Amino acid sequence: MQEIVIISGKGGTGKTSLVAAFAQLSKTELVVADCDVDAADLYLLMHPDFRLEQAFLSGEKAQLDQNGCDQCGLCQAACRFEAIELRAEQYTINALDCEGCGYCARVCPTGAISMVEQKAGDWYRSTTRFGGAMVHARLGIAAENSGKLVSLVKNEARKLAQRKGLETILVDGSPGIGCPVISSLSGADLAILVTEPTISGFHDLKRVRRLVEKFHIRIGCIINKFDLNPEITDQIQDWLDRESISLVARLPYSDVFTEAMTRGQTAIEYSNGTLSQSIRNSWDAILQLNNER
Amino acid sequence: MKIAIASGKGGTGKTTLATNLASYLAETGPVILVDLDVEEPNSGLFIHGRELAAETRYSLVPEWDADRCSFCGLCQTICNFNAIVDLGDRIMLFPELCHSCHACSELCPDEALPMKSRRIGRLRYIQAERLDFVESRLDIGQEQAVPLINQTLDFVGGRFRNGTLQLLDSPPGTACPAIAATRTADHVILVTEPTPFGLHDLKLAVATMQALDQPFSVVINRGGQTDNMIADYCKQQAIPVLAGFANDRRVAELYSRGRLIYDQLPEFKQQLAKIATFVTSQEGIKA
Repeated sequence: MQEIVIISGKGGTGKTSLVAAFAQLSKTELVVADCDVDAADLYLLMHPDFRLEQAFLSGEKAQLDQNGCDQCGLCQAACRFEAIELRAEQYTINALDCEGCGYCARVCPTGAISMVEQKAGDWYRSTTRFGGAMVHARLGIAAENSGKLVSLVKNEARKLAQRKGLETILVDGSPGIGCPVISSLSGADLAILVTEPTISGFHDLKRVRRLVEKFHIRIGCIINKFDLNPEITDQIQDWLDRESISLVARLPYSDVFTEAMTRGQTAIEYSNGTLSQSIRNSWDAILQLNNER
Repeated sequence: MKIAIASGKGGTGKTTLATNLASYLAETGPVILVDLDVEEPNSGLFIHGRELAAETRYSLVPEWDADRCSFCGLCQTICNFNAIVDLGDRIMLFPELCHSCHACSELCPDEALPMKSRRIGRLRYIQAERLDFVESRLDIGQEQAVPLINQTLDFVGGRFRNGTLQLLDSPPGTACPAIAATRTADHVILVTEPTPFGLHDLKLAVATMQALDQPFSVVINRGGQTDNMIADYCKQQAIPVLAGFANDRRVAELYSRGRLIYDQLPEFKQQLAKIATFVTSQEGIKA
């Protein structure tokens, strides 16, 4: 089994649109995992059937029973997150501030605080219109622990691939370098970094590359909108050379991604032009890079 | 007065708006721009000046004192984040999973887990020609952005007391970093684009702001002649739309070079002025 993760550092570089197109291009059935859980847009292009829905339990939060509280204030003193306040002569716990460490419940002498498991979203197992399977999720509103949800989505994708005897998991990662990205990368075999020739795009590419480095996996790069700033595209390519990162493809600045998305289609479905051809070549190059391992 | 500039979807133009708005407003009054997108901070690529402070930032995590430990195993039981494993002959700590709750340290009967500083990132305070700029960047490999975001807000709160206008360039998404960056703001501006992804993620951001009970408005970026999906949604939900920037390749090109837009493109400046007027009117309400 192999895991190919598409990430970007910077948001809005075209990562999700590419994942959908790759999923469609794959000649073998694969499992697609949408690990960009707090902006889970991939379903808008894949149209999965939401066949199985399950709750995502994110961890615990403290709950205080006023009847049992003798107002000693030990909980407030213990809490490092300023989640416990004395309001109108009652201690109250602000759920948004509570990190779920359970310290308050441990020190409460009357047992008035209990730790309650939280539902922080849903996750789904689906079949897609391209024949493959998909694992995806929806993080609850103002919910936390997106890293844990990413791990869950990936684990379920692995289980599904194993059960169905599928060889490849294609992962749509999230922007940034924090816990959801780290969870997306853990256990991956190949990371494709999607960037754009802007000083922000290049800056973020270098940072996410330093993160990926820690996982000792093969890396490839796609420069999207390469003709937006040819000078920075050259700088990125020079840098890729020096860092021994394969340039998988350069894709032109194009409205096709947006137009296709507006119709709920992938770019290759929507258009047969040069962009689509470049995307096809990208996928072939990614598979080749993956086989070189 | 704190205005957060946020978005559900990444890459919709938060940094473009934050840097241009900060520079524009700085022409008429004091402004502090704060980059809270600590995982991928980009505002500093557009704002240049003299560095007045640079500080390494830390979080507190437990350190194991082997000589004191009696291997009772309580710490492993206490830790709700699986950051401690008692192996019987040694204690294994996973500091990247630690939330710095201090429970293990303070409840350890042997006092064998004292809290120690651990580097998480770096904060810089820069004085640019017209405005003050503060940014923090998370160290590569650190998982948790929230402690650094909170420390950055504390730094700004401590240094600038006089009610100066703060613009907060916030992280994308709707998870913990985005919430930490927007929840203390007086008003949140959500930047979006008229695409299905933009609309989908805007709805999540709106629901998040409603759950936080935060006042918010919308700015539509990369709009076209025909795509009214965001405007229609906002109208239906009675969400104020402050301005709309047209989809313009020249903006993308200026941005790509790290340039500000409004002094180059009058039509951009015109929309920016509408947002500036709104922000200053909010200041009036606040004062």
